[in-house]
Amino acid sequence: MSVTNDKKISFRSNFKEGAIRSLPIILGYIPVGLAFGILAANVGFGSIETTFMSIIVYAGSAQLISLGLFGDQAGLLAITITTFLVNLRHTLMSAALAPSLGHLNRLQQAFFTFELTDESFAVHSRDFKEEKNPPAIRLFTTNALAHLSWAGSSLLGFYTGALFKNLDTWGIDYALPAMFIALLVIQLENKKKYLVGAFSMFVSTLLFRQAVGQWYIMIATLAGATVGASLDYYLQKKLKAKLPSDSGNTL
Amino acid sequence: MQSKIIVAILLMSVVTFLPRFLPLFFLAKRKLSPLAENWLSYVPVAVLSALLGPVLFIKEGQFTLTLSSNPYFWAALPTFTIALLTRNMVLSVLTGMGSMALLRLFLP
Repeated sequence: MSVTNDKKISFRSNFKEGAIRSLPIILGYIPVGLAFGILAANVGFGSIETTFMSIIVYAGSAQLISLGLFGDQAGLLAITITTFLVNLRHTLMSAALAPSLGHLNRLQQAFFTFELTDESFAVHSRDFKEEKNPPAIRLFTTNALAHLSWAGSSLLGFYTGALFKNLDTWGIDYALPAMFIALLVIQLENKKKYLVGAFSMFVSTLLFRQAVGQWYIMIATLAGATVGASLDYYLQKKLKAKLPSDSGNTL
Repeated sequence: MQSKIIVAILLMSVVTFLPRFLPLFFLAKRKLSPLAENWLSYVPVAVLSALLGPVLFIKEGQFTLTLSSNPYFWAALPTFTIALLTRNMVLSVLTGMGSMALLRLFLP
């Protein structure tokens, strides 16, 4: 009896924790989702296609880019390849979360990654720094509510687009950049992280300006993480050279 | 036309899902080397910075930092400060939106 009660309580608190974590994501998704719905209607999507895409693709920038391609009457191959390239960056995020998600079963892992976006990644990776075996209920609550808000705002934008044209006046287009800034700040826990961040930002801005296509996020991330890891490797080597007696696995 | 859209959406979902799923699938139950794990620990800071760079520094294909042409950069300063001081995400988001709204209100 008390066991089921405990279970209920932990379910409720994990659900609540998950919902709280989804709030900033939802705030960021609503304006972009509305914009997607409006544009989708403009290129000839029906409400079903619009919602269907937001549910089973669930990738903001790729969806918006694909609308441009649909508008240009691009072929299936071009749309598919572009989407693939735009979303390739998620391989790195998926790999980065892997060490914290070994406790999920295969089906849960599949479902978790189905809902892995830039935003959900940023929120989860913040939490995973400080915990082992994050509760599945909390993870899926955050993801599902964010996913729902994305699909819902897409549909809302599709039907009522004209009503929301002036949202930018309220600065709502800045919700996503502001969220990324806040999540970045949380990651900046030492000088090396500042260096890696500045370097990645520089590389990605440069590549983006040179219009190298969809690779800029991927390349800048690889470059930044490699700089950070190399720095650690080098510093560790130097430390070991200073303490020759401590090399090898004594103690 | 509509069936082309549906087929495209299905293809898009496959090429979106696989890059999200496969790395986790192959790495989650495996013990990574300390070097690999250390490398991966830099991915969040690197990817967030990479996403933000063009948003904050480039407007219409050009690098610009003037107040009137790139308010996104200037709104980032109070947002960054509040995030650094409070570590509160909702407050940071509201600061960013508020700064952006004020800039729009006072700029031509």
